[in-house]
Amino acid sequence: MDRLYLILTVVAYGLSLSSYLRYLITGKDVAGRVGTILLAVGLCAHYFALLERSRGLHTVPYHDLYGSLSLFGWLLALTYLGLEVFHRQRSVGAFVVPVVIAFFLFSHLAPAGRIVETPAKGIAFAFHVTLSILAYAAFGLSFVLSIIFLAEQRLLRTRHMGAVIWRLPPLELLERMSQSSVIVGLVTIVIGTALGFLWVDRLQGTVLYYDSKYLATILVLVFYAAYLFLARSAAWRGARASKLCVFNFLLVIFSFTAVNLFFSHSHRYF
Amino acid sequence: MEIVLVGLNHRTAPVEVRERVSFTVEQAQQAATELRERGILEETLVLSTCNRSEVYGVPPEDVRQSAGALATYLSSFHSVAPEALSPSLYHHYDREAVRHLFRVSSGLDSMLLGEAEILGQVREAYRMAHGNGGTGPVLNRLFQGALEVGKRVRSETELGARPMSVASAGVKLAERIFGKLNQRTALVLGAGTIGEQVVSQLRDRDVAHLYVMNRSREKADQLAREFGGKVIPWGEWDHALSLPDLVVSSVSSDDPVLVRDTVKQAMAARKNRALLLMDLGVPRNIDPSLADLYNVYLYNLDDLTEIVRQNRAAREQEIPHAEDIVDEHVTKFLSWQASVEIVGLLDVLRTRVREERAEFVRERMEMLAHFKPEEREKIELLMDELLEKLLMRPAEKLRGEKSLHKKIQNVDALRDLFLKDREKP
Repeated sequence: MDRLYLILTVVAYGLSLSSYLRYLITGKDVAGRVGTILLAVGLCAHYFALLERSRGLHTVPYHDLYGSLSLFGWLLALTYLGLEVFHRQRSVGAFVVPVVIAFFLFSHLAPAGRIVETPAKGIAFAFHVTLSILAYAAFGLSFVLSIIFLAEQRLLRTRHMGAVIWRLPPLELLERMSQSSVIVGLVTIVIGTALGFLWVDRLQGTVLYYDSKYLATILVLVFYAAYLFLARSAAWRGARASKLCVFNFLLVIFSFTAVNLFFSHSHRYF
Repeated sequence: MEIVLVGLNHRTAPVEVRERVSFTVEQAQQAATELRERGILEETLVLSTCNRSEVYGVPPEDVRQSAGALATYLSSFHSVAPEALSPSLYHHYDREAVRHLFRVSSGLDSMLLGEAEILGQVREAYRMAHGNGGTGPVLNRLFQGALEVGKRVRSETELGARPMSVASAGVKLAERIFGKLNQRTALVLGAGTIGEQVVSQLRDRDVAHLYVMNRSREKADQLAREFGGKVIPWGEWDHALSLPDLVVSSVSSDDPVLVRDTVKQAMAARKNRALLLMDLGVPRNIDPSLADLYNVYLYNLDDLTEIVRQNRAAREQEIPHAEDIVDEHVTKFLSWQASVEIVGLLDVLRTRVREERAEFVRERMEMLAHFKPEEREKIELLMDELLEKLLMRPAEKLRGEKSLHKKIQNVDALRDLFLKDREKP
């Protein structure tokens, strides 16, 4: 069964990617719609693949690095789908789905390692982790959108119009989509972090103010809040804000990997 | 069942001839009716656009004779001497006529390769002709096929995609930056021809606000009325540049109208909100160094022309794909045509065989005199049955033939062997 969901997910995501690419190249609405449907199918299959993996390991998907990366991919696809429906813009799918596939394959094709037993349990903890990963996924999406913005703007300014530029979303829409995504990320990371503190408080009756993960999270919060503010300012709107958004996501990756693995005491679960 | 086409287009006729031979809607109806009433054509459709005037029809007799009569009719209808008209006219029959129409509806035969308007014009011409009873089974099938080909070529190829004129390239660029233009503001400086085309396209996209600036206040008022915009007095750059998302400039001036300092100041005042500048003037109206300013997008006439050139090259690459679709539908139509013709031919053949049988029996009436009437009737029935049986297998084979080439060969052979010099189905 595990393998079935894995194959189904890869096939659905793969076909979704090819449809989105077809939409990007030919502009056919049907191809875009098929891409969206297949992405939704992939999301369902991915969900069951995560569930199967969790059952196999007797733990939630985020207790090991691979599981949490797969969850990240799933939430990235989910966030993108929400944004696509909200902004009615499909041409970004061709850029987001490869990232989702990469995360899925990396996490599910890797051998399942030994899981470190942690005291991390409970609904508050589950929401804390899920919302935090959702925030990272939303930030990941704004990263992809900012990269597209910078590339498209460069093509427009250097007058190197190819075939694809006529299919890409307008620059101002990309900015709006990126900002929407960051707002989702900020809201979820704030709630997720609050739930994390609540969980620590209930479990240990104390809050670890000195953990480096807190510092990293605050930095992420501050930088993304700054992005939202600066993206509307005279000096930063446009390319500069997009570059800041790209930088911010590098900070997120650093927080998600290096900080968790090497610096944090309370987040070293994998 | 054969199809004839006589017409002229932008390739064969100069505009002076085209405009003399074009049809108004009423004229097209009148011509179609007259052509049927005079027995030149049984089914008729007139397709008339700015670049072509074509008459499609199904003649009762030989297609080549009908084509001649059609050409004569056209010259008399439009009062153009036949010797002046005939060098511009092309005549196509059957396969070539079908292929020509399918190429027309897909935009392959248009002056502007892949233009979309022609499909609507073909649809309208068909709707009119069908409504007036000008079309029959053949032209109905032909034009429904043409509309299908047009749609397929547009949806399956890039032939109709991407802007192909400087004005549409400029507007499409604006959409790349701002998205929909219905909440955007445009400022028009001067009024060159291309500038007017851009404004017309902006109007088509429901641009929210349009401002006009011109050195001559009188001309500015006139342009504002024409474009449905408001006038900003010439020289009030701070105010003028604080409003628009895009500026279209086509001023006749030796020196740049928009210089770096003015725009730099304006960008600061508008908090670096993106600004698209379209410089359509020659000499250029906008200082080229403005392209370096943050959030300013500057395109001059050469830039837009280059985009159009690239797009044209991209469209041309799509021609083989579009031609394949056309060929596929030509084969489909000819196959249908041959199938229908076979059914008609077989009916005629069956009637002829029965007539021969009746004649045969009449000639030998004396030999059958000793039979009672009911016995003679039985013999005749048996003979009919035998003849029907003899015809059945070849008829089934003819109907079931898959190869179009073979099907057409069979139709010709059937006609040559049994129906030569007789009536056509």
